[in-house]
Amino acid sequence: MSLLPYLDIGLALLVVVVAVWTIAARDLFTSVVGYVAYGLLLAFVWIRLYAPDVALTEAAVGGGVTGVLLITAGKRLGALKNVAPEAQPGLAFRLLTGVLAALVAGALGAVILMLPDPPPSLAPEAAAAADGAGAGLGNPITAVLMSYRSFDTMLEKMVLILAVVGVWSVGTDKAWGGAPAPFRRPKPYAPMVFLAQMLAPVGVLIGIHIFWTGANAPGGAFQGGALLAAMWMVTMMARLAEPPRIDAQWLRLALVAGPAVFLIAGLAGEVVAGSFFAYPPALAKPIILFIEAFMLLSIAAALPMLVAGPPSERVDQ
Amino acid sequence: MDQTQWRGRKVTAELGTTTPGGYLLVLAILLPLAGIILSFTPGGRNAERATLYSTPFGFALACAIAFHVGQAGKPIVYAIGGLPPPLGIALRADGISAVMLIAAAVIVTAAAFYARTKFATPDGIRETRSALTFWIMLQAIWAALTIIFVGGDLFNLYVALEILTFAAVPLVCIDGRAETLAAALRYLLFALFGSISYLLGVALFYGAHGTLDISLLAQRVQATPVVWTAAALMTAGLLAKTALFPVHLWLPPAHANAPAAASAVLSGLVVKGSFFLTLRLWFYVLPALPTDNIAAILGWLGSAAVIVGSIVALRQARLKLLIAYSTVAQIGYLFLVFPLAAGAHAWSAIGWSAGLMQVLAHAFAKAAMFFSAGLLAEALGHDQIARLGGAARALPLTFLTIALGGLSLMGLPPSGGFSAKWLMLQASIASGQWLWTLPILAGSLLAAGYVYRILAPALSDGEVSLELPPKRSHEMIALALTTIAIALGFAPQTFFDFLEIGHPVAAGLP
Amino acid sequence: MTPSVLAGLVGATLVGLGLYGLILHPHPLRKLLAFNLMGSGVFLVFGIVARRGAAAGFRFDPVPQAMVITGIVVAFAASALAVALILRLSEESSRVTLDPEAWTKPNGGDAK
Repeated sequence: MSLLPYLDIGLALLVVVVAVWTIAARDLFTSVVGYVAYGLLLAFVWIRLYAPDVALTEAAVGGGVTGVLLITAGKRLGALKNVAPEAQPGLAFRLLTGVLAALVAGALGAVILMLPDPPPSLAPEAAAAADGAGAGLGNPITAVLMSYRSFDTMLEKMVLILAVVGVWSVGTDKAWGGAPAPFRRPKPYAPMVFLAQMLAPVGVLIGIHIFWTGANAPGGAFQGGALLAAMWMVTMMARLAEPPRIDAQWLRLALVAGPAVFLIAGLAGEVVAGSFFAYPPALAKPIILFIEAFMLLSIAAALPMLVAGPPSERVDQ
Repeated sequence: MDQTQWRGRKVTAELGTTTPGGYLLVLAILLPLAGIILSFTPGGRNAERATLYSTPFGFALACAIAFHVGQAGKPIVYAIGGLPPPLGIALRADGISAVMLIAAAVIVTAAAFYARTKFATPDGIRETRSALTFWIMLQAIWAALTIIFVGGDLFNLYVALEILTFAAVPLVCIDGRAETLAAALRYLLFALFGSISYLLGVALFYGAHGTLDISLLAQRVQATPVVWTAAALMTAGLLAKTALFPVHLWLPPAHANAPAAASAVLSGLVVKGSFFLTLRLWFYVLPALPTDNIAAILGWLGSAAVIVGSIVALRQARLKLLIAYSTVAQIGYLFLVFPLAAGAHAWSAIGWSAGLMQVLAHAFAKAAMFFSAGLLAEALGHDQIARLGGAARALPLTFLTIALGGLSLMGLPPSGGFSAKWLMLQASIASGQWLWTLPILAGSLLAAGYVYRILAPALSDGEVSLELPPKRSHEMIALALTTIAIALGFAPQTFFDFLEIGHPVAAGLP
Repeated sequence: MTPSVLAGLVGATLVGLGLYGLILHPHPLRKLLAFNLMGSGVFLVFGIVARRGAAAGFRFDPVPQAMVITGIVVAFAASALAVALILRLSEESSRVTLDPEAWTKPNGGDAK
């Protein structure tokens, strides 16, 4: 008798319990830790749903980088020491919200059980297009992201740039052009430095590998980029590198490289392949990998800058 | 590349294949995006230059699209990558898309030129925070709105909504005060709730029908619980973003405390984006469903918004807050289009025209009002209504603009606002839904009240000292926008016929 | 109970939990956490739609999975923007609150 259904139910219960703990926790830090744990557990759920690409992205971005962001935020808020305690909402309000949430969850659950059988799917279309528009890519998700729905991906790269500008805009006028505050205290923390020195090169290699194999196996620019971003953040946390000045030309170029190359390739498609964002059939796979390489660079640059925050006048905290 | 090679099923020609002129849709989207890249990389004054130089091209593209749509008499389509839906993404521009594209181009251009002095990079400094942020975010709003107006895929539209939010939020808090930061944060959280609720609806639509293309979905939807839940979730999210009563609380502080050029774009255009998507959802994806009850609910919420927004506007001490609450009220009128244009009745076209006319008239009038409020605040050093005594003599052009804009908001002839409300009254009566005439008329009365509140002290005897005389060019920009709002009142019938191009019921599509 | 159905119900629960936290918690950072929870619930719904769409030799429908990957990155960018606003707000003022009453100045609010 297979253990798998029991493991599945156990995993589902665990995820829900940790989520409840995150919401119900009294203080901020507990809540954030709960969320990071939750993110990692979710990666397992994604594996059970046969979604290794998503599991990688969820673990790296949803759990990992978001976790660093939230923990850094919690730390800085605590350090600012002027967060006054807020009034906790009254019981009636809690009850009302609880009822609303339960209704929404219940309706959603019921509707999910009512989804049609046989389920509609674009998998047949994707399979049929695999050798045509799909550029012969072995990983259908990469084909969707970089070919069938490349417009979405290009827009999403613009979203990242806008988020970076938005985060930078929140800084003070005086600090503009400078660098964000360092990630950690000035005194280098020896184990951290050791970890960074050991891990970063390996992580960079693995990240590039994940990007490269994403054409035919689970992986791709997003997952690889998230790993590279994490490695850069680890080096900055170990004070082996510092957050760069936001007016540094190399940083700006790195951030726009992905969307710019994507945009140019998209425009060129009209001339070379008959339609914007189309690829000439013989060169499709190399072009896609070329664009993805620049996307990798942009993601690896953008994610740490989003975590680093706006430019700061503080030299050392 | 032969498209039929990978099309699994026959797709009606006009739904997914590229039509002549379709390439303009892509260019219209890529122009501001290219502008953002050219603004960000070199930085400094290039941001301002990129925006200002791209405005005439954007306007030309919008006009070209309108020309093609008018000539073809049906929507122009572009299948991105040559791959038609359901696997690919299509862009579609119909009558209302073209009109909104032109309106957006005009208002963004006006805001860009109005904001030149405030957000110019001073000599001797390479790059300032507020300048780079403003110009990039303005272009981003323009790009997002373009995608919203021509997008044909629900997930593509989700990404556009996110771009819109990420661009609008930093504009709200661009001055860095605690007050605006809190307003921006609240706006962001409401907007994020809106996006995620919308996305959940998208997931359910895909789970039910296997496509997110608007035209394909329209052919496949049925009145199942899944579809209703998806529609409810998407609508709830879009209502939060459009600040319809009762989820309007984030709007007044956000719009009132942003810089004038930003407020004009936020009130004039940004909230119309999510409204436009609500129209797309109910009139383009779901017309096959019995939508009367939902239409009535939306109409009731809209009526409540008109009454509550106008009453609260009457009680405001600050001009900008008054104008922001007026936006809440005028947004309520927009939602009357749902009961008044539903179905395939004779009066549906009237209701449809009324709704679009209200969108356009409000966009221009409100943008002009916010520009004027900005001019006023700079000239007088404050925007307290109580201290406006005699200001009209000192700032005649500004108050003329406010008066004309108020005319449109009140719905007095001749103005676009009057046209819109007159058409709404016609549609209410013709459809037998007499009830809607009450909020329309009451709203006009209340609007007259708050416009009077601004103009009466300004026109009275009194002396104000000008800290800074306003720039004539700024006043002319504001006046130009309000003149457009008035001119809309003279729109010929061909304009209303143009709005019907692509409207599913009119075109006979399901 | 297949993994899809189970994951779908978990997703529904997470959406409800996230909504509860988003509305209830006064502190913006907790609201953000709740929003992320809700977002991951929505992504799970996409995920089960993808898993159910197994066909044509694929174990899943790639389109919804690609949408989830896009969604995760967008949600992270949103969180980063929110965090930047929250941190700056707490630097500028003594309170990190979204309560509109906190910002009403004596002569600037309603004309009472």
